[in-house]
Amino acid sequence: MSGMHDFTLASARDALKARKISAVELTNAHLDAIERLDGRLNSFITRTPDQARVAAKAADEVLAKGEGGALTGIPLGIKDLFCTNGVRTTAASKILGNFVPPYESTVTSNLLRDGAVFLGKLNLDEFAMGSANLTSAFGPVENPWKRNGSDAKLVPGGSSGGSAAAVAAGLVLGATGTDTGGSIRQPAAFTGIAGIKPTYGRCSRFGTIAFASSLDQAGPMARNLQDCAILLESMAGFDERDSTSVDTPVPNYEAALTRGVRGLRVGIPKEYHAPGMPAEIEALWQQGINWLKAAGAEIVDISLPHTKYGLPTYYIAALAEASSNLARYDGVRFGERVNGSSLDALYEATRAAGFGEEVKRRILIGTHVLSSGYYDAYYLRAQKVRTLIQRDFLSAYENVDVILTPTAPSGAFAQDEKPTDPVQMYLNDVFTVPASMAGVPALSVPAGLDAQGVPLGLQLIGKFFDEETLIAAGHVIEQAASFTHRPAIHAGVSA
Amino acid sequence: MSYRITGNTGEWEIVVGLEVHAQVISNAKLFSGASASYGGEPNTHVSLIDAGFPGMLPVLNRECVAQAVRTGLGLNAQINLFSRFDRKNYFYADLPTGYQISQFAHPIVGEGKVLVDLADGSTREIGVTRLHLEQDAGKSVHDQDPTRSFIDLNRAGVALMEIVSEPDIRSPEEAGAYLRKLRQILRYIGTCDGNMEEGSMRADVNVSVRKPGEEGYRTRCEIKNVNSIRYVMQSIEVEAQRQIEIWEAGGEVDQETRLFDHVRSETRSLRSKEDAHDYRYFPDPDLLPLVIEQSWVDELKAALPELPEAKRERLEQDYGVSRYEASVLTAEQAVADFYETVAKGADARLATNWMLGDFFAALNRTGRSIEDSPVSAEGLRELLALISDSTINGKIAKEVLEDMVETGESASAIVERKGLRQVTDTGAIETSIREILAANADKVAEYKSGKDKLFGFFVGQTMKAMKGKGNPALVNEMLKKLLSE
Repeated sequence: MSGMHDFTLASARDALKARKISAVELTNAHLDAIERLDGRLNSFITRTPDQARVAAKAADEVLAKGEGGALTGIPLGIKDLFCTNGVRTTAASKILGNFVPPYESTVTSNLLRDGAVFLGKLNLDEFAMGSANLTSAFGPVENPWKRNGSDAKLVPGGSSGGSAAAVAAGLVLGATGTDTGGSIRQPAAFTGIAGIKPTYGRCSRFGTIAFASSLDQAGPMARNLQDCAILLESMAGFDERDSTSVDTPVPNYEAALTRGVRGLRVGIPKEYHAPGMPAEIEALWQQGINWLKAAGAEIVDISLPHTKYGLPTYYIAALAEASSNLARYDGVRFGERVNGSSLDALYEATRAAGFGEEVKRRILIGTHVLSSGYYDAYYLRAQKVRTLIQRDFLSAYENVDVILTPTAPSGAFAQDEKPTDPVQMYLNDVFTVPASMAGVPALSVPAGLDAQGVPLGLQLIGKFFDEETLIAAGHVIEQAASFTHRPAIHAGVSA
Repeated sequence: MSYRITGNTGEWEIVVGLEVHAQVISNAKLFSGASASYGGEPNTHVSLIDAGFPGMLPVLNRECVAQAVRTGLGLNAQINLFSRFDRKNYFYADLPTGYQISQFAHPIVGEGKVLVDLADGSTREIGVTRLHLEQDAGKSVHDQDPTRSFIDLNRAGVALMEIVSEPDIRSPEEAGAYLRKLRQILRYIGTCDGNMEEGSMRADVNVSVRKPGEEGYRTRCEIKNVNSIRYVMQSIEVEAQRQIEIWEAGGEVDQETRLFDHVRSETRSLRSKEDAHDYRYFPDPDLLPLVIEQSWVDELKAALPELPEAKRERLEQDYGVSRYEASVLTAEQAVADFYETVAKGADARLATNWMLGDFFAALNRTGRSIEDSPVSAEGLRELLALISDSTINGKIAKEVLEDMVETGESASAIVERKGLRQVTDTGAIETSIREILAANADKVAEYKSGKDKLFGFFVGQTMKAMKGKGNPALVNEMLKKLLSE
């Protein structure tokens, strides 16, 4: 059945529509791959093979009538931060226990509406807090890629590490991710796949477990940008149940793919030449510039002067919100409870046992920066800087249409190379955080391998609600890079 | 007359500000579609949003915003076209999300004022600092089980308006008058039912004391959640007394939150300033700033009902009632409406006297409210019309009203059924009088020898003989005539 793993989402869709393959065989092939490989990768927290087979059978019935939506019969994985009706949802935390939501998130409802088949819930950093998928209560996810001649287990990035690994290994044709400061883009880069963080407000946050509400944004992760475009078109849209979702029409993103970049002005921000960045990443960035230039784009040097404040202000703003968002996990109404002799004792025992170390650290920091006496110095100041960062982008967009940067300052590192200093770990997000703070859309596309054979990504940052230009420019890089490498662990490779 | 408390060191003035929590009248809660109605089995009016489930998001209920704006207009207050919702963070079992959504830095309504009427006929202006929208919490029930507490989230997420007064109140009486006036305005506009027993209006009372003429304020204490006007007035009195005793003993009043125990008539410390929560307010990132249009505010203003102040003045002008009568008649919108239905096109003086006299007495006696009055406004108007056109006299009318209350029959039906029509036939009256005079020849002699007071006796006897139906004016006239014969 190895042919089943050569499909992209788009080609599988076409084959399904043409009845060259059935949804059931496509789903079974992916379920088999999960069975075969995921004991090792640990990209799934919850597998739903029975529901998947039922859904695939139903999809075949629809397809047989010549009907069906954009995703009918397409096997997907869902980051376990999206609430799924009747299916356990954990946020990779012990504190939610065996929480089974009686409701479906808007994003996954949209995918189901269009006929998608869910294979299960994908691993992530606990409450999406991490950059290496090492903080999950369900264990780390292994990156299916290997360094040349080494069997060291690499991290898939985070927080959407399970989504990234599952897509890269061919266990699913696409996955949902969420991105608060880089959680789609950085793991996409680490695993050689494509991922889009849409404009804040493009995808509804309803039913998605919150990390930092003013930054969280759902987006697609898939083998290439065409697949991402198809997924995004399904996931996006106004939702009156999310007050921050924006009521603007969803364009045909797939059609934007081949627009090209002729005459497009591409900004290169000088502040992204981070000190200590590996030369091969600088080189890859230059390669990206050359590709876009060769395709007819105009390269413009720009400045985003407040970039260096992005990371510290992000870790204030995001954690302040997180400390409040996570207060509801108190053992009273749902999830795990550890009893205590008083209400306060119950809270303390429940939260001490339920949250992992990184989540606790972030709740503490977030609580601190909102505390009386510190609020002005931290939270308020961070909000002001955030405005400046947004202004940086707005003034840059007076002269350019998109901005090109590396996605991350390094390729995937090994699980045991995890920095002991948490701040060192936070540096992974240095290039992805500014776009999140500004709310503008950004994507990552695989652009090459480093000297050790590990994938690297390039990031494109766009104007508000102009995902189409991003996709068009990203596709030019995709084509020029012709990234056809496959990871060591892949469904299409006999194990 | 300024209110003063006399301590050992002389007179003290009290300084009071009130924070009133008024539950907004609306079908749904502030940020969810769950019913906001009072009562119901525990946890039956709860949405997943109210229960703080993962991934649930608040969506602002526009009607609650309209109610806050209407209330602000009723308080002559500034309406802020830009306002914002903040999170007030604290842990409690009946607060599902771990934060209350409130408006901290940017309330929807700014400064306003309330005119209160005092018993001596004077009025005082009490400043309103602000009004903001916020969610109510759920209810913890601790007395159903020896070891466990139960949580009822029906109230969780219901919209409240917190109305904060300036520290302008100087006596328990003013506090009571302010609360009554506030409640009256809210009820008129229909934004809060003002029912303190059901908890739809509660007050936090801030009290401090100082020497008359002293500049600035001394440390205040906040008495939480007082749920009747009477208790508010009592709590101010006992708290002021407590503080005066501390100051006079050379001590310092500590800033703290206290509870009022109405059984023991004392306040008790709930938590000190050191134990005060750090609420870590910050803008709720799930909600956009609330921006409203002036044109919408204007629309709401145009649709406001006549407010108590204006109505009272109009009643004074249109119906010639005194200021006191007008304020009684406008205490409740329903009373004013009732009155106007009765008085319109009728003898306004007669209507006023009957409303404030026999009609209110009948309501009190039957324990009914104006809304479920046993006699309709139209029914009362008909009764008064029967007096005006001399079909019955006033004394008979009282009897008819009692009958109306009891049977629900109309005034004219009762008059017909019981044959109460007033006798205006002078012949019949003359016959009755002649019989009375004949039977009381001795009294007639006494009267004629100068005992004028006996006139009333003859009137009474005549009316009694006529079963009360004699036209009083005709009876008087005829008696005078026959006695002078």
